[in-house]
Amino acid sequence: MWKFMAASSTRRCISSSTRVFGWWDHVKPAPLDPINGVTEAFLADPSPDKINLGVGAYRDDEGKPVVLQCVREAEAKIVGCEFLESVSASVSSKLVEESVKLVYGNNSNVIKEGRFAGVQTLSGTGACHLFAEFQKRFYPESLIYLPDPTWSNHHNIWRDAHVPRRTFHYYNHNSKGLNFAALMDDIKNAPDGSFFLLHPCAHNPTGVDPTEDQWSEISHRFKVKNHFPFFDMAYQGFASGNLDIDAKAIRIFLEDGHVIGCAQSYAKNMGLYGHRVGCLSVLCSDSTQAVAIKSQLQQIARAMYSSPPVHGVLLVSTILSDPDIKSLWVREVQVMANRIRRKRAALRDSLEKLGSPINWEHVTNQVGMFCFSGLTPDHIDQLAREFHVYMTHDSRISSVISTPKGNASSLAFSSNES
Amino acid sequence: MASTMLSLASSAPSASLSMHEFHKGKANLWSSGLSFNREKINPLIITKSFGRTSMVAAVNVSRFEGITMAPPDPILGVSEAFKADTNEMKLNLGVGAYRTEELHPYVLNVVKKAENLMLERGENKEYLPIEGLAAFNKVTAELLFGADNPLIEQQKVATVQGLSGTGSLRLAAALIERYSPGAQVLISSPTWGNHKNIFNDARVPWSEYRYYDPRTVGLDFEGMIADIKAAPEGSFVLLHGCAHNPTGIDPTPEQWGKIADVIQEKNHIPFFDVAYQGFASGSLDEDAASVRLFAARGLELLVAQSYSKNLGLYAERIGAMNVVCASADAAARVKSQLKRLARPMYSNPPIHGARIVANVVGDPALFNEWKAEMEMMAGRIKNVRQKLYDSLTAKDKSGKDWSFILKQIGMFSFTGLNKAQSENMTNKWHVYMTKDGRISLAGLSLAKCEYLADAIIDSFHNVS
Repeated sequence: MWKFMAASSTRRCISSSTRVFGWWDHVKPAPLDPINGVTEAFLADPSPDKINLGVGAYRDDEGKPVVLQCVREAEAKIVGCEFLESVSASVSSKLVEESVKLVYGNNSNVIKEGRFAGVQTLSGTGACHLFAEFQKRFYPESLIYLPDPTWSNHHNIWRDAHVPRRTFHYYNHNSKGLNFAALMDDIKNAPDGSFFLLHPCAHNPTGVDPTEDQWSEISHRFKVKNHFPFFDMAYQGFASGNLDIDAKAIRIFLEDGHVIGCAQSYAKNMGLYGHRVGCLSVLCSDSTQAVAIKSQLQQIARAMYSSPPVHGVLLVSTILSDPDIKSLWVREVQVMANRIRRKRAALRDSLEKLGSPINWEHVTNQVGMFCFSGLTPDHIDQLAREFHVYMTHDSRISSVISTPKGNASSLAFSSNES
Repeated sequence: MASTMLSLASSAPSASLSMHEFHKGKANLWSSGLSFNREKINPLIITKSFGRTSMVAAVNVSRFEGITMAPPDPILGVSEAFKADTNEMKLNLGVGAYRTEELHPYVLNVVKKAENLMLERGENKEYLPIEGLAAFNKVTAELLFGADNPLIEQQKVATVQGLSGTGSLRLAAALIERYSPGAQVLISSPTWGNHKNIFNDARVPWSEYRYYDPRTVGLDFEGMIADIKAAPEGSFVLLHGCAHNPTGIDPTPEQWGKIADVIQEKNHIPFFDVAYQGFASGSLDEDAASVRLFAARGLELLVAQSYSKNLGLYAERIGAMNVVCASADAAARVKSQLKRLARPMYSNPPIHGARIVANVVGDPALFNEWKAEMEMMAGRIKNVRQKLYDSLTAKDKSGKDWSFILKQIGMFSFTGLNKAQSENMTNKWHVYMTKDGRISLAGLSLAKCEYLADAIIDSFHNVS
């Protein structure tokens, strides 16, 4: 299919003036990733006033990246540790042990009975990807139901795993809240035993989460339909500031007897973005099953990257197994979540004071790192071009970036134009 | 029993859930051996009130119920068995991880220095771009092709940071699957066990070319050339840049030239796996000679790199995928597609190992120090080879030629022992190795050479 014959049978050298057939002639430039592409455009912008609201990373008041104190302490502790060859079994199991406690609760029966298969993964992406490949391998005909909207990379992940995707109603553009009735309908109408992806807290990109009662109803309906709930927990701690409260949705499902899957990421709540640390857990009927499933997950991972990078694993397991460092972490997560809430309130305040006719209530109703501003793609382009304010085309903005008056007014101005 | 499972007094249409309904329309995979043992269901019954509905909920049966245990990895399984062995004479010659003469793992001094520098600087932990750390990508391509290689200046090399050799190979496999669908990868017989897993899981077909000749315990060069020639035009040929794993047998420079000839003739694309640059001869440049020969011919190539062994960064998972293209434009497009493939796999690669490499290779003093440490590591392995050869020759009265041990290069040696003989090595002598007869010399000390020689001679002559 791609066989291009060279003009001569032997090619001796490629000179820039000779057009030589290339293996990759048919390869088109890939479209920019909708999220990373924003950062790339931002970096390319020479304006001194530019601001990047697209980034999904926590920032301090000066707009600088933050390394948590608990991480610095863990780093000092592990320097000089001779953990070289594949992560030692005890370190990796420590990470898994502590991670599942975070999600399922310290006293969860699931943990006591060993009814889970857990492996460390390349952050949340890696956990979702590993699960998608596992799902494809053992349920080759299955689909995945993703909320509309969801993190754009969820679509890439399941698509590249060759699992067909469907969406279910989630966000109500009019109310800027949850479209609960439609969501429940979609759950009901999906074939029994479907795989669903759920954001347990701080939904990305909308920041809109179901209430506890709504979660109970969802869980109930899942039970009736025998759907498989897969949770992508990327922001535990970031929604309310409390790790247990943020895991409430999952705990409700557990109480109802669901046997779930869960991806966890330490990118945001421990600020370990670039270290790629996360965990995938799949609940099982018993501990024997757990061993079997874990072996299958490890086998899939072995052909992808063999084992995850040790440095991040060491940091997380050090933080979570040292009581002092862990309580420092818990406090730091609260600080971050509180600051996000203050930032949201401040943003809403500025926008309302600027006399924008639009209702900006959703800025403080929504939860977590992001806010769905509701701006149109045209406005977004205009904001980038004229005001050097960058965000993703779905109108998601980081709620954590300081918005000097200039940028709040840019947002208000743009929305006024509509 | 059904009533204890789930009973709902509600308006929901499917009020009672039968096991059969749960399973309607599921994959054939499940229709045969699946049994629903009610006894397996957790008897935990919860009663919940929910509005006007009361629900009695039992724990669901896992839908992954019928999954069986995956077979143990042949290489990593060896280390596990070794750990379980309590015999004091035990020797682990399984995994290819470097050990000192005292048989301890070795953290390179340059790595310690680099990490201290990084700690002092207190660098942040932000996401890398999908393609990885720019400073790392720059130095890794220069290390491989030579800093003054025109290909680099002409921007014809698309380099993307990868998760060590494995991750880089998987990324390349995904590229092949997407853009050369149906094209085969030719792999050597034998090759590193995980190569097959990677291509299988990436859905890339593969076939083998002859490589190892058990009669000579050397390279079956004629067989190799014939098989590469016979493959359909436009196949990808997986080559080990140096220190072939598992045999330790490398083509000579002249043979590399002939391999390049036949690859050009058949319009194949060379795909190098460079896991041991610096580890084979002790010289980084010398070990890159095969890749550079092909690149100098103007061939487009794929090259996977790993820093697991040569910088001892095994667990940090640092490597790279390089695609040498006919033009800068092609390289840019290929790079963009590699990124697109990587994004759903892991979004962006890990920072720590990349920074270490960038610091070591980017600093002249550290770089020189690294070269010295590499020579030391490669030198220790060469010494061990010599001692093993001397011990075998002295002890073995049969006149068998053991010189292949000296001719082979790198961390591994293919002893020529068969499966039964390898098992004897383990069962009788507590020498742990893979069943294909491969031993890792990196795990051998001078002090243990004589013991090993005894074990090999016994297994070779007394077991069939």
